Amino acid sequence: MNDLMNRRDLLKIAGMGVAVFVSGTTVRAGGTQQKENDSFYFVQLSDTHWGFNGSNINPDSQGTLKKAVAAVNALDDQPDFVVFTGDLTQTTDDRKIRRDRMAEFRDIVSQLRVKTVRFIAGEHDASLDRGEAYQEFFGDLHYTFDHNGVHFIVLDNVSDPMAAVGEKQLQWLQADLQQQKDNARIVVLTHRPLFDLAPDWDWATRDGAAVIESLLQHQNVTVLYGHIHQEHHHMTGHIAHHSAKSLMWALPVAGSVPKKAPIPWSAVEPYKGLGFRNIEAHVPQGRYTIEEFPISKGE
Amino acid sequence: MNKLVIFLVATTVGYLSQQSVVRSTATEIGNEEQIIRISASTFEFKPSEFTVKRGVPVLLELTSQDRHHGFKLSAFELRADITPDVVEKVRFVPDKIGRFTFLCDVFCGDGHEDMSGTITVIE
Repeated sequence: MNDLMNRRDLLKIAGMGVAVFVSGTTVRAGGTQQKENDSFYFVQLSDTHWGFNGSNINPDSQGTLKKAVAAVNALDDQPDFVVFTGDLTQTTDDRKIRRDRMAEFRDIVSQLRVKTVRFIAGEHDASLDRGEAYQEFFGDLHYTFDHNGVHFIVLDNVSDPMAAVGEKQLQWLQADLQQQKDNARIVVLTHRPLFDLAPDWDWATRDGAAVIESLLQHQNVTVLYGHIHQEHHHMTGHIAHHSAKSLMWALPVAGSVPKKAPIPWSAVEPYKGLGFRNIEAHVPQGRYTIEEFPISKGE
Repeated sequence: MNKLVIFLVATTVGYLSQQSVVRSTATEIGNEEQIIRISASTFEFKPSEFTVKRGVPVLLELTSQDRHHGFKLSAFELRADITPDVVEKVRFVPDKIGRFTFLCDVFCGDGHEDMSGTITVIE
């Protein structure tokens, strides 16, 4: 175990091909850990819910996203790119307010030093108008991109308010996968869990099983998502699924309380449960290291 | 009339977490089909609580007052889409007693997460 691992609270998740670090600092130890050849890292932020207002849930609703942007900018070793895995904005019935929130969100994240930023829609962004406003501001709802030997697939499981990917997108996915080698390094970015994490809490994708079945044809697939406002790690066959924390409020573990509701703000532990994370891709090994960062008051 | 219609008394019982709860109680539960009419609107079901008898068939008549909603009752593997101007009929036979949550599973707006209700099944 190297020094970096010794200094941190390392959570190893058996059989998942991933190591998760919980870091007490937002300064990535890039200076002490040499990046491997053929590896790179990116940052995942999620569920920023810009426009949310609820002082008992997050009295710093106007400041948390900005703190996260500042924290990412403060990383010694800047990531290759940043991804936002959905619920960029808080939903609203008002078309103008929806666009105002998206414009404000876009302005804030334009302050990131990293200029390659990938967006994924959440149901709060896209379900009420089937992604119309989202696409005006952030582009396509589903797409692919490649980076240093990893094939990224962005899936939309939110613009259909019934939380489905849909047959058309599924065919598009299958056509894309056919172009990839069996052992291609594939990372899926999406908002909702693709597996039935907790359907009664709306933590599922209606046709997620069909998506997973398609992905299982490839040997090295990892899914990164948001929506559930907490870390969660799960395997479906050989596919690893990792959810990210929110940058607005935390949610309880599924089934731990009778009714799903945001965890109230703690004056003793402000920003508890909120954060972002780095994902380092070790491309030759097809392995990923996740490093979690909290949000703190002074940042 | 062959079918015994169960008359439901919908009573507003108060406010809970700033949301009114409309509770329906069957004044008589016989052994023929129990009919429950549920209206969905942003962001509540009316009634949000109702009681039925185990082993007696239930007919849910679901309507929407405004937009597309969903009805999901996992305990009995039921779900339906609820759209305006359509009465969606769902039949089932409750085979276990207890309190079970149903919810809207079609994202309908800012209060979607709170749109749920409870069915109580008694002997």
